[in-house]
Amino acid sequence: MIPASFAYARPTTVDEALQAIAAGGEDVKILAGGQSLIPVMRLRLAAPETVVDITRVTELRGVREDGDSLVIGAMTTHHDVITDPLIAQYGKLIAEATETVADPAVRHRGTFGGALVHADPAGDLPAVALALDAEFVIAGLGGARRTVPATEFFVDYLTTALADGELLVEVRVPKLGSDWGVRYEKFNRVAQAWSIVAVAAAVRREGSRITEARIGLTNMGSTPIRARAVEAALVGADVSLETVTAAAAQAAEGTEPSSDLNAQADYRQHLARVLTRRAVTAAAGL
Amino acid sequence: MTLTEDPSTATPDAPAKEVGSARLRKEDARLITGKTTWTDNMVLPGMLYMSVLRSPIAHATISNLDVSAAKDRPNVVAVYTGQDFKDEQGSIPCAWPVTPDMVNPGHPSIAVDSVNHVGEAVAIVVARSRTAAVDAVEAIDVDYEPLPVVLDMEEAVKEGSALVHDHTESNTSYHFVFDAGEAGTGTDTDAAFDAAEVVVSRRFVQQRLIPAFMEPRSVVVGVTGDNYTLWSATQIPHILRVMAALTTGIPEHKLRVIAPDVGGGFGGKLQVNPEEILALLIARRLGKPIKWTETRSESLMTAHHGRDQVQFIDVAADREGNVKGLRVRLLADMGAYLRLITPGVPALGAFMFPGIYKFPAYRFECDGVFTNKVPTDAYRGAGRPEATFAIERIMDELAVELSMDPMELRRKNWINAEEFPFTTVAGLSYDSGDYEQATQAALELLGYDELRAEQARRRESGDPVQLGIGISTFTEMCGLAPSRVLGSLSFGAGGWEQASIRMLPTGKVEVVTGSTPHGQGHETAWSQIVADELGVPFDDVEVLHGDTAVSARGLDTYGSRSLVVGGTAVVKAAEKVVAKARKVAAHLLEASEDDLEFSGGRFSVKGTPGAGLAIQEIALAIFASHDYPEGIEPSIDAEAAFDPTNFSFPHGTHLCAMEVDTDTGFVKIRKYACVDDIGNIVNPIIVEGQMHGGLAQGISQALYEEAIYDADGNLTTGTFVDYLVPSAMDLPHFDTGNTTHAAPDNPLGAKGVGEAGCIASTPAVVNAALDAVRHLGVKDILMPMTPERVWRAIHQGGDGGARAAEGSNAYGGARTTESGIEEAAK
Ligand SMILES: Cc1cc2nc3c(=O)[nH]c(=O)nc-3n(C[C@H](O)[C@H](O)[C@H](O)COP(=O)(O)OP(=O)(O)OC[C@H]3O[C@@H](n4cnc5c(N)ncnc54)[C@H](O)[C@@H]3O)c2cc1C
Repeated sequence: MIPASFAYARPTTVDEALQAIAAGGEDVKILAGGQSLIPVMRLRLAAPETVVDITRVTELRGVREDGDSLVIGAMTTHHDVITDPLIAQYGKLIAEATETVADPAVRHRGTFGGALVHADPAGDLPAVALALDAEFVIAGLGGARRTVPATEFFVDYLTTALADGELLVEVRVPKLGSDWGVRYEKFNRVAQAWSIVAVAAAVRREGSRITEARIGLTNMGSTPIRARAVEAALVGADVSLETVTAAAAQAAEGTEPSSDLNAQADYRQHLARVLTRRAVTAAAGL
Repeated sequence: MTLTEDPSTATPDAPAKEVGSARLRKEDARLITGKTTWTDNMVLPGMLYMSVLRSPIAHATISNLDVSAAKDRPNVVAVYTGQDFKDEQGSIPCAWPVTPDMVNPGHPSIAVDSVNHVGEAVAIVVARSRTAAVDAVEAIDVDYEPLPVVLDMEEAVKEGSALVHDHTESNTSYHFVFDAGEAGTGTDTDAAFDAAEVVVSRRFVQQRLIPAFMEPRSVVVGVTGDNYTLWSATQIPHILRVMAALTTGIPEHKLRVIAPDVGGGFGGKLQVNPEEILALLIARRLGKPIKWTETRSESLMTAHHGRDQVQFIDVAADREGNVKGLRVRLLADMGAYLRLITPGVPALGAFMFPGIYKFPAYRFECDGVFTNKVPTDAYRGAGRPEATFAIERIMDELAVELSMDPMELRRKNWINAEEFPFTTVAGLSYDSGDYEQATQAALELLGYDELRAEQARRRESGDPVQLGIGISTFTEMCGLAPSRVLGSLSFGAGGWEQASIRMLPTGKVEVVTGSTPHGQGHETAWSQIVADELGVPFDDVEVLHGDTAVSARGLDTYGSRSLVVGGTAVVKAAEKVVAKARKVAAHLLEASEDDLEFSGGRFSVKGTPGAGLAIQEIALAIFASHDYPEGIEPSIDAEAAFDPTNFSFPHGTHLCAMEVDTDTGFVKIRKYACVDDIGNIVNPIIVEGQMHGGLAQGISQALYEEAIYDADGNLTTGTFVDYLVPSAMDLPHFDTGNTTHAAPDNPLGAKGVGEAGCIASTPAVVNAALDAVRHLGVKDILMPMTPERVWRAIHQGGDGGARAAEGSNAYGGARTTESGIEEAAK
């Protein structure tokens, strides 16, 4: 289909972008990679008055280090994330998950920030951000910045803590060193499809013991969620198939996944348990 | 990949042969780079654009339709409703009244008082730009008075069901019967079943599929005085011309149809589309050129769908595994209307249910059923995949019942090589082949014995990933079709094909074919044929097609007919060119025709070395016409029409090894091997391409695709997010091979290959998955075999369908009765 007509702005700095958003009228949409926004506009499910295209805001692109954190610019494309050396060293879980997103064409356009702000429960990056306790740096009108933790960022289906007029600038995640093992275990029917269920697991080992575990679940509710019960069961446990299997059995606790053409809720819960077992097994180096 | 030996290198002394050589396709560069004319690329001066408002309701009367606001929108030229065309739009034609009393409710191009499926055209905006037209559509106001929605065939045929069309007596369009006993091609079916030691009965479901061609449908109409040119992304410019002329009343000689390069069809563009008719009617009314190109959403929702049958199949056998009888009852979903060959698709399948087996008795019955869904029609294989699935699935079920090896059971019953030509219980004469030979080759390609050993190991150790091997030993009828046979089946046209060859003064050659390609590679294959027949260079041949003003006669491309029928017409035309050139050559060489030899493009005089003329020289000589024999016309151009005397019957053995993850239900093809006999091969690369594409589509029916409507009749799989088509990432490497038994009924010795992969593969895939998990108690899994269905079938019993039925018309276990196996006590 063809989108309804709209006004268009293409700023080159964050400040200009914020002004354009403020000046854009009632219904403004920020255009990042356009891989989610444009389809929605073409189907006329969204008909914004103004589209603010931030693809030329270069300060929003790229990955840098800041002490113990990796800082990923909102406009860093999926492709740039996958090929970034810092991500390869400290953010393997992000890279693994991003590699499963769609196809090369989409990954060359779609952005890290766009995928997080879009907050599709079937999207692969929100659960990763949640598992990593990412922090979201948000700019508001006038340039004021605030930081929102991942636990507060994902509010509901396709809804985040971003207020009207705000822009996601960058995302901070802790660097995971070589004592961490990670795995993103995605389940879908065809290679280019969204997750039916997926599990992001990061596990820190000291010798034969698990000392930290971070498990994020994709598409097990209207927002990404942490499998806290599994994490608790893993910490302090000996690394063995038995302990991992027992812990993973709790993966669906407290989840309320949806039912759709791909999967009914009970099947999703079953998948969450199986995939958690597989993800943790791999992350723990079993 | 194993290919037959390349004949061009076979005998070094003979002139190099084009036929059989692996020529790269000459049309591909322009098709792949887009440097060609697709219909949507066309721009005519003053062209207007149309956009269609489509019904969001599956069944309703239109109580109010207000287009005034849309008319006031910027750049809008006109807005039309069904009222504007009710007297001139006629009905979308149905060319196949399969029974004399078939009910055809009529198919308006645009709804007049009522709508019968979601997506039906309700109003049309014509504007100066496409965007203006799309915007104005949103300003149209329609009130619908909803009527009961009919979606489920098994409900629809019951007494007292709500009706799709209130002016019909029931939702049944026709009841088609083929009874071999009555036809004299077999014995009495009921008697065979009464006497049988074993009867196995199953209910199989052929889910609804969407052809999903790559290039959306697109139409441009140009107007010159009272002449109309219709460009369309169609498979059938010739048929479309006749049908559009009859439907609109535009005289046939005033209507030219052009299919420029067309980006795929798979049967989905074997249609006379409502939008083609509407574009013509509007162009006529306004006297202006007009364009319509569908969106992907429109395409999935309104272009015709395929398959959609519920199949009840019974097979009778003795305890030793000799088959005694076959009985098939179908419910075939027509959708809301009958389009071009909607009713004929299942009827075409009627003749293929017996497959390659020697059934003494056979009875087939089919009810065509109306529902409030988009019509079904041809989709790659059209009737034959459905039949092949049913017979190849039930042969496995019979093998299980008899505790026999499924290949042994097939072997016991299939037609042996020395029995060809073989007249089947359905009355067809299978032309040639050797099922044993293809099977042996396929078993080797697969590595059958090792995989069976691995399967046993995995079973023994209780591996969460189980392995299965599925078999499909198939044949199909293609090369449509002998005109008299089509006549006997009440089809509205013949099955001949036309070709002409023009010898240009410079020695170059134009070949005009009536068989219009839409991706198959005709230009390359026809060039190879003509290069051999006339002894001219491959690159000197240009193949023209798709324009009714250039290619005046033709019946287009479907049913794997192009090479075997259209290619044969090319051979016949070339033979005529050579015969005409021979007379001229004899005259110029002052020799008797009988003393001339034609080889490698040269006429030479026997016994007189050096004396000779190339066919190109003769073309120039006849162009000048200064010196040619008395009593002949000054031309060596020729034209030929060819009407086949039989179908062609490719066959093959397809084997699929499948891994089933019993923890998640995910199925993964481990290995796929097939050996097909498609007669002589003109171009092995084209054959390989057709096989790969067909396999992908057949596998996709088994694993991925299903058009699902919700309980209100909305297509829920209305985008490619929900209607899954696989990519190369999801498909295995294909190990393909060929055996070669030349088709006896055409001079090329070729059998059709366009649909074979699609027809053969689906049951092999399903049989493989079942073979992997049968020991876990699984008897059937509905297609597509989604991970959830597989998982539920393994862990909860049934065919895994129960969940899908909820809130949708997807075929679900709730309505799938556990089909029992009757055993006649004997
Ligand atoms: C065919 C296809 C398959 C896909 N498969 C997957 C998949 O398997 N897994 C997966 O995770 N994703 C998938 N995606 C989505 C992909 O990851 C998108 O890139 C992503 O969802 C959106 O990113 P974008 O940069 O394109 O954002 P856009 O589409 O431009 O924007 C998305 C939304 O975020 C808002 N937004 C974007 N950036 C900002 C910002 N900096 N500040 C504030 N608001 C902002 C926009 O206004 C819009 O509402 C797929 C997409 C396609 C087209």
